[in-house]
Amino acid sequence: MVNRNLKRLYTFLIFSFLYAPIIILIIYSFNDSKFRGDWSGFTLRWYVELFRDREVIRVLYYTFAIAITSSIISTVLGTVAAIGIHGMRGFTKKSILNLNYLPVLNPDIVTAVALMALFRMARLQFGFITLLLAHITFSVPYVVLSILPKLRQMNVHLAEAAMDLGATPMYALRKVVIPEIMPGIITGGLLAFTLSIDDFVISFFTTGHGISNLSIYIYSMARKGINPTINALSTLMFISLVALLLIINNRSEKSKKIIQERR
Amino acid sequence: MKLNRIGYPYFIWLGIFILIPLLLVMYFAFTTGDSQNLSTFTFSMENFEKFMSPIYMGVLYRSVKLAFVSTLICLVLGYPIALIISKEKPKVRNIMVLMFVIPMWMNFLLRTYAWLTLLGKNGILSRVLSFIGFEGISLLYNDTAVLLGMVYNFLPFMVLPIFSVLTKMDNDLVEAAEDLGANKAEVFWKVIFPLSLPGVITGITMVFIPAVSTFVISGLLGGNKSTLIGNLIEQQFRYTGDWHFGSTMSIILMVFILAAMALTSKFDKEKEGGGGGLW
Repeated sequence: MVNRNLKRLYTFLIFSFLYAPIIILIIYSFNDSKFRGDWSGFTLRWYVELFRDREVIRVLYYTFAIAITSSIISTVLGTVAAIGIHGMRGFTKKSILNLNYLPVLNPDIVTAVALMALFRMARLQFGFITLLLAHITFSVPYVVLSILPKLRQMNVHLAEAAMDLGATPMYALRKVVIPEIMPGIITGGLLAFTLSIDDFVISFFTTGHGISNLSIYIYSMARKGINPTINALSTLMFISLVALLLIINNRSEKSKKIIQERR
Repeated sequence: MKLNRIGYPYFIWLGIFILIPLLLVMYFAFTTGDSQNLSTFTFSMENFEKFMSPIYMGVLYRSVKLAFVSTLICLVLGYPIALIISKEKPKVRNIMVLMFVIPMWMNFLLRTYAWLTLLGKNGILSRVLSFIGFEGISLLYNDTAVLLGMVYNFLPFMVLPIFSVLTKMDNDLVEAAEDLGANKAEVFWKVIFPLSLPGVITGITMVFIPAVSTFVISGLLGGNKSTLIGNLIEQQFRYTGDWHFGSTMSIILMVFILAAMALTSKFDKEKEGGGGGLW
């Protein structure tokens, strides 16, 4: 019994450690005082200030524009690449897989300065385009890695059977291979999207001309010191995140139930 | 079917955006000159010599030390919780894993910023401390704060791979050991822990790499006193403009990490497929 309680206590402590900072941040986003620790009444003024700030709206726009565009492009590129890699053999396959692994294993900061050097040498103007290219670059390997296992699981004879029955290779690809690996493609796309939304280090080095995403904006604000509007922003992000996860969870449970009932 | 041909454009893409940039960094590292003008570049080892000075070696030592300590803390704190979660019923287990994932989905900078407000001058923690009688202790802008930030941010990276290996583990092995008379400690050290090593190793690499190369955590929580190698690289590329020296440090960091990974993978007998996997 003592052991069991000890386990409970430990679990509780770890989760408190994980959540306490977030909860305190949320509480202080409603605090009227600008200084921490002094509770001087409930207010929504930080939220009002947040939405009045045109910079925030602009930053949110860029964050989502980059995330959506880069995740779509990297999903398409990654899918095509994964199918190609799956068909390769020997040295070619090994070297392309190792190259694909490099940005996954390399620390972000190395990838970031390397891309910065490339863009400078190519005389590209730092801004939206370089940011987009950088995000595609670090997302595609993850897309490839989430699709390859699905290709390995796929029955090798499926595509061949389709072609024996008269399908052209493109038709077989569209009607047989792609539907088979769809779960992997979706996982890869979502991964690319979240990686892009969350990225700071690589964006920080590859952007310019006033284009910043959410992470860069938070960094520049946090360096100036504590700012209650950041608390308001985190609260909104946290709540929307939890809501999103609950919806996904609910839906997947519902679909599970439907599948069970059909059986 | 010649489907493998459609993979070749990706080869070119990887060449342009992965390989050439790294080669460029290497080229920068071994040359000096005006960073903006290729024609002024001359080959030299000057940057490496510069790095050998006590100041920079001290920074490298500090970065590795902090990363190592935070990895160790994550392992010590994370292993028990991974074990506890893996023994729960599937329903409770899923909720607990989700609870570990939720903070990870929150923006990395916001998570670090949260500690800035907790540890700050008027923050809750320093108020509690001064209430107990420890007046005027500065919690922010030192190595402990950086360490705390690292553990907070990277703990899930340690817990999740260990957890995923533990849940896949064949429970019959544990029962067999118990039937054969092993006590709890023996079961853990001789059966459970060795079987979970692939997850432990994945966890270690996933904590150590971001910890050793971070500049955000040290930049926000460590102030000017806690400069890590990541901060030095950031300064060279963003402010000082000496890309050559910055590249040299990036290469050194990369070599360090590759060496650390080679070292840890030596302990990992089952290499691919058996591990916790990155995801």
